[in-house]
Amino acid sequence: MTTRQFGQPVQRREDPRLLTGGGRYLDDLGHTAYEAAFVRSPHAHARIVDIDTDDAIDVDGVIAIYTHEDLPGIIGEPLPLLIPHPALTQARTGYALAKDEVNHVGEAVVMVVATNRYVAEDAVERIRVSYERLPAVVGIEAARDGSQTVHDEYDDNVSAHLLQEVGDVEAALAAAPHTLTLDLEIERSACQPLEGKGVLAQWNSDDESLRIYSSTQTSTGVRAAVAAKLGLPLAKVECIAPDVGGGFGVKIMHPWPEEVLVPWAARNLDHDVKWTEDRREHFISSSHERGQLQQVTVGFDDEGRLLALDVKFWHDNGAYTPYGIIVPIITATQLLGPYKPGTYRVEFWSLFTNTVLVTPYRGAGRPQGCFAMERTMDAIARYLEIDRAEVRARNFILPEEMPYDHGLMFQDGRPLKYDSGDFPASLAKLKELVGWDDFADYRAAAEAEGRKVGLGIGCYVEGTGVGPYEGGHIHVETDGRVNVATGLTTQGQGHQTALAQIVADELGVPFENVHVTTGDTRRMAYAVGTFASRAAVMSGNAVALAARVVKAKALRIAADALEVSPDDLEIENGVISVKGAPGNSIDIGTVAVMSNPLRYAFDEAAKKATQFAGTFDPDKPPVGDDEEPGLEGQDFYSPTQATFANGMHAAIVETDPQTAEITILRYCVIHDCGNMINPLIVEGQIHGGVAQGVGGALYERMVYDDSGQLLNASFMDFLMPYASEVPHVEADHLETPSPLNPLGIKGAGEAGTIPVSAVIASAIEDAEGFPITAMPISPSELWTLRRAHA
Amino acid sequence: MTELSDLSPLRAGAAALADNLLTDELHEVTVNVNGAAHTRTVPARRLLSDFLRHDLRLTGTHVGCEHGVCGACTVLVDGAPARACLMFAVQAQSHEVTTVEGLGSSADSMNHVQQAFAECHGLQCGFCTPGFITTITSFLEENPDPTEEEAREVVSGNLCRCTGYQNIVKSVLRAAELKREAGEPA
Ligand code: FES
Ligand code: FES
Repeated sequence: MTTRQFGQPVQRREDPRLLTGGGRYLDDLGHTAYEAAFVRSPHAHARIVDIDTDDAIDVDGVIAIYTHEDLPGIIGEPLPLLIPHPALTQARTGYALAKDEVNHVGEAVVMVVATNRYVAEDAVERIRVSYERLPAVVGIEAARDGSQTVHDEYDDNVSAHLLQEVGDVEAALAAAPHTLTLDLEIERSACQPLEGKGVLAQWNSDDESLRIYSSTQTSTGVRAAVAAKLGLPLAKVECIAPDVGGGFGVKIMHPWPEEVLVPWAARNLDHDVKWTEDRREHFISSSHERGQLQQVTVGFDDEGRLLALDVKFWHDNGAYTPYGIIVPIITATQLLGPYKPGTYRVEFWSLFTNTVLVTPYRGAGRPQGCFAMERTMDAIARYLEIDRAEVRARNFILPEEMPYDHGLMFQDGRPLKYDSGDFPASLAKLKELVGWDDFADYRAAAEAEGRKVGLGIGCYVEGTGVGPYEGGHIHVETDGRVNVATGLTTQGQGHQTALAQIVADELGVPFENVHVTTGDTRRMAYAVGTFASRAAVMSGNAVALAARVVKAKALRIAADALEVSPDDLEIENGVISVKGAPGNSIDIGTVAVMSNPLRYAFDEAAKKATQFAGTFDPDKPPVGDDEEPGLEGQDFYSPTQATFANGMHAAIVETDPQTAEITILRYCVIHDCGNMINPLIVEGQIHGGVAQGVGGALYERMVYDDSGQLLNASFMDFLMPYASEVPHVEADHLETPSPLNPLGIKGAGEAGTIPVSAVIASAIEDAEGFPITAMPISPSELWTLRRAHA
Repeated sequence: MTELSDLSPLRAGAAALADNLLTDELHEVTVNVNGAAHTRTVPARRLLSDFLRHDLRLTGTHVGCEHGVCGACTVLVDGAPARACLMFAVQAQSHEVTTVEGLGSSADSMNHVQQAFAECHGLQCGFCTPGFITTITSFLEENPDPTEEEAREVVSGNLCRCTGYQNIVKSVLRAAELKREAGEPA
């Protein structure tokens, strides 16, 4: 019996290549391409008065310089609004190159194409743009105030206002024995993948086709958007995501201005053109996320049970809304976590500011929602003097209440209905792991040494694997090699390994023979993309279904050859044999030969399939009526709704009595993503997620001044954690299979990040004894708070 | 639109293109990379990272920030870690440069650090990885038996956005073990 691959900590297939310099990221391609650089706005809000390119023309090596005026037809029209929503009544998207006005520092104004990037940047330096400055709207309060607006055509800065209510919150609040109100704040951060964005376009003027390589999370999305902008038939455009150096959300946004301009310039100039984003460009022109102000009013009984939850929040969407209001919708719905709110009303305002646009960053609105809910739980516990874990437990949705319908609409336009989860079991595991019940002793011991420590907790539920669909295509070659293609993309999640594990099991072939391709529209043209922790759920199930199709076909062909019924056959290790008679067998490569009747023999294997080989029944057509040649097949997985993963984290922090330095002493995670395909990869996702969460809790923030300048637009000043700042993560798992999909899996990609700010705030509050209401928190902020509460 | 085809008549051929790159003072530079001498004529301002990546096409050295903070571009110059984005190619004249390709360029020839990363899931997207591999390889030459704390410290000058570092620290310790097992001189 071959070992089942599913569930094994299999070493990654992609690693030897990536470890030896064999990776091919965007800038590793196109060495002879022209390169682009951009003049970007130095102002947050201004009218463009004049653009003078005369001096730049003289730079030797400059090929072309483009401004908005040069963009023909729909290329010069606004970029698409990707996700419209009825509540998004005042949407605005930008242009590929700014038209008349700029709305954030970093907005692209002029594109220069030159023989290389050095020359292109020389030319950029020599282009003079005159601006008439306008007042900048920076920060949520200024946006909410609305006395200055970002976009002239609107009277205020509210792009969208949405209210959802379940039950009568007013009445429940009025009747509640206790109420509390919390004002909370979360600052901006950003994905900051180590590889920035990048595009390489290759125009073939002979057959008028375009190949795009983009460091994207959605190659099908980029392909469709560019084809539409350039007026090309889809059949003439292909898009490939090569190796991608991290995404975390920023690369699901598309088309970025450069993704339209670079292919357009390549066609114009009939020459390969490439643009590789540098780090400063990434800071000032690629999206950010997180910034919200929140107000929570909660009504509860003497036991701490929720009766009413009334949430208002204000969400900074930056200068444009191409990605719609997905982030605030997720905050509004996923805020509820594992709890029953009694009655729930949530209302948000999504606001324009003169800053970089805001689109999903790992967690995508959930960290903010989790922060609001978990701060509320701690506030109730504190008010009633009940154990914080106990308050949570009293409000849990119980396993026997699953599936649990919250009565709200989720980010996919479908009901917010939890499919499974065992929250009491998760909490019990977490308490055990962190030593919750013994913490009083731990604290006393620390205090005896003059140290201050605190214990924090945070729970979340994450809707993962949203639709609409993903597909899998599988092709078995005559030597037994199995090619698997799925359309969504990879940014380090190990899909070449995890998906191969699934196919190896389902098809009954050796893992080593399975080769997975992702994010290449030549191999799978129908796909959505990698986001919302959906890749394993969507493509995992799609390739499993496709493998079942191919297996059924292989058994049909083998049954004919062996003159038995398909039901009597089994496949193991790439060999199809009669059950109980292992000698009576045929290998899957031979079945692949037989599946494709040939006229021409190109190798030894092919000979057997040619017309005089005598291997076929002369009374039947070479390809049966309902058959197709080739041992291949495809299928798609399209679920009715998301599947809900969950987790609970706890941390012990120490705060220095003098300096207010904050150190995480322990970080514990209980995680439930259903059945795990590869625990090694799942844990890796959790470690990385927690590290990003720690960054967001203690170090990372986008510091804009009042005029809209981003003051810390470099790795020197934006403090991304190094190994010295990230705690060792102690993780344990619960596997509550999802009943919604054949493999019983749920997503894991964002899990680690979601509750971290909530957990660290909880722990600091526990150490210090006063409320923590804003994250991230620095030592100097903690020090100031201490003085205020002294 | 300003079409400037008259200023750049050269479209075809790498050599012709290279001629056109020169907007800066040119120098002939010979750098010993991964054991072989490479001579190129480059502008004074050409970064070592670009020289390695685009002139020699050794794209294993990655560029994450170009301002010396992330460490993705770390190579070994005469055996010691150096940030290739903070050096000009001309500064590498007559020096020995080792890139990740020079430490092991295929699955069968991976060095102890590369092997340890594969075993311990020390990488996800792999973009930061070459900088870690070079840094750790050099470190283990001096410190063949690091403690966990030392292992964490040695990787604390490189940024990774994917892994949370836990498995990188584990990889350092595992690499040290593999190196000791192989009995290589410390
Ligand atoms: S690219 Fe050299 S340190 Fe970041
Ligand atoms: S593995 Fe992606 S940045 Fe380190």
